[in-house]
Amino acid sequence: MRNLILVLIAIVISFTPVIKVHSADKKVLLNVSYDPTRELYDEYNKAFINYWKTKTGETISISQSHGGAGKQARAVIDGLQADVVTLALSYDIDNIAEKAGLLPKTWQSRLPNNSTPYTSTIVFLVRKGNPKKIVDWDDLVKEGVSVITPNPKTSGGARYNFLAAYGYALNKWDKDEAKAVEFVKALYKNVPVLDSGARGSTTTFVERGIGDVFISWENEAYLAVKDLGPDKFEIITPSISILAEPPVTVVDKNVDKKGTRKVAEEYLKYLYSEEGQEIAAKHYYRPRLESVAKKYEGKFASVKLFTIDEVFGGWPEAQAKHFADKGTFDKIYAN
Amino acid sequence: MFKLLKTKSTLAGFKLSLGYTVFYLALIVLIPLSMLFIKTSSIGWQEFWEVTTSPRTIAAYKLSFGTSLIAGLVNVVFGFNIAWVLVRYQFPGKKIIDAFVDFPFALPTAVTGIALTALYSQNGWVGQYLYQLGIKSAYSPLGITLALIFIGLPFVVRTIEPVLQELDGELEDAASSLGASRWQIFAKVLFPNVLPALVTGFTLAFARSIGEYGSVIFISGNMPGKTEIAPLLIMTKLEQYDYAGAASIAVVMLIISFFLLSFTNLLQWYYARKIGLN
Repeated sequence: MRNLILVLIAIVISFTPVIKVHSADKKVLLNVSYDPTRELYDEYNKAFINYWKTKTGETISISQSHGGAGKQARAVIDGLQADVVTLALSYDIDNIAEKAGLLPKTWQSRLPNNSTPYTSTIVFLVRKGNPKKIVDWDDLVKEGVSVITPNPKTSGGARYNFLAAYGYALNKWDKDEAKAVEFVKALYKNVPVLDSGARGSTTTFVERGIGDVFISWENEAYLAVKDLGPDKFEIITPSISILAEPPVTVVDKNVDKKGTRKVAEEYLKYLYSEEGQEIAAKHYYRPRLESVAKKYEGKFASVKLFTIDEVFGGWPEAQAKHFADKGTFDKIYAN
Repeated sequence: MFKLLKTKSTLAGFKLSLGYTVFYLALIVLIPLSMLFIKTSSIGWQEFWEVTTSPRTIAAYKLSFGTSLIAGLVNVVFGFNIAWVLVRYQFPGKKIIDAFVDFPFALPTAVTGIALTALYSQNGWVGQYLYQLGIKSAYSPLGITLALIFIGLPFVVRTIEPVLQELDGELEDAASSLGASRWQIFAKVLFPNVLPALVTGFTLAFARSIGEYGSVIFISGNMPGKTEIAPLLIMTKLEQYDYAGAASIAVVMLIISFFLLSFTNLLQWYYARKIGLN
């Protein structure tokens, strides 16, 4: 027992100087992000720390926080001291600007490409051999096809799924809204379980074996195939889909308070650099930079992409029309 | 109550400890609760009424309170049985079974939810047979009830156990010497003594179930109007940054719970008085 206490004391003493070094004036950035970027930012943070060290000689450390995009945004609104936020949809960052006033409402024009350094799209994950012969959106509304997608009211990412299907229908029936509503209604009729988040849906599809098609972000579909076995699933890219733009921004009030503005801004800018784009592409996000996009051309299937701004007039409008209470989504479930 | 305050307690430090109690309760319970009402008050009555009485919300209340009630009742029956066995009999492995009862306390609720779904879904160990019989054991109100039974069980067992332990054999011996049959001893002597604790155990399990979120969302399927529990509806509102709407639903749940819990407390008090515990 006495030995144990001695050992404990020794351990504590040996760590004390380390703790002191950390608490000295070393800058710590907090990046508040959403779930599927975990591996991406693990690698990117290391790269950026190196870059910053060679550029300025300063050693910084970066903390990550991951969770559902909506929850993360609420945490920042309620006072989590994020230096930068890297979330799934601009709607969540708009709310940080609006509800807490931590950044200007024009934040999205501060960085190139709508402040989205990397993009993704919505694809289908099917079981190996594609037994139900799913090739495009039309196949998802067929009788006997069971579709897995999370609840768009609780999952930010799943709103893209809904809008992708809706946009496809608008395109097919020449902007006929009634037809589009009918289409998504038929689609959601084929959904047996509405999980509250993307991870829950993945479990339902992969572990529970429920459903023939899983509507998913492209990067998450690749991750699922890589982690869970290429011998079990296939990725099907539809003829037309939505451009998913996960935005990034600096949280002005927080960085000014902490004195981290310069490094936080550089942290986001570096995402657009060749190295940053390489890392994004490696983690299955579509890069913006032409040269890197070319290099990874074979990795991503070519697909006709439409944006939210083009088809739905931006996030605030899409949110109010389709996902707010009594919006389209509520209507298709009202009997 | 007032009388109690006036009479000098023989124990020293009454005022100090009561002061701490009130302060602590305010800090931990009352102030957070008051935030709920403050958030709610930011919307008008009409909107409050609209949010809390929409068909979808009503369906969610019914589901949450209904499944919690059933789960609580099931736990009363089987929890009593377990407590009885643990207190009354000596057998090898008793300590292990006793430890198992506490598991639902310790498990993270999400783990519970995923484990139960794996078990009861269509391709699960148990689910595959139940589905063959036409019983939808996951993604249905039944699945929700199963999850709530799981998390509520220790509340019932742990409340009844000490009461059963305190009932000594003399009471039964006396009843038996006066000519009571075994059934009469149970129904007229033992059961009435345990009943107040049983009501308390039910109340705890029931209250816990109403607010349960983590374990239920995995097994419920979350279909609007069918398997959507009230806590999920609150999360849905929060996802839309509708803090006031979320707080409104929570306030209504709180009020219903308050009345239900008051009622069971009254019951408990009544039974306790009847057998002369108070």
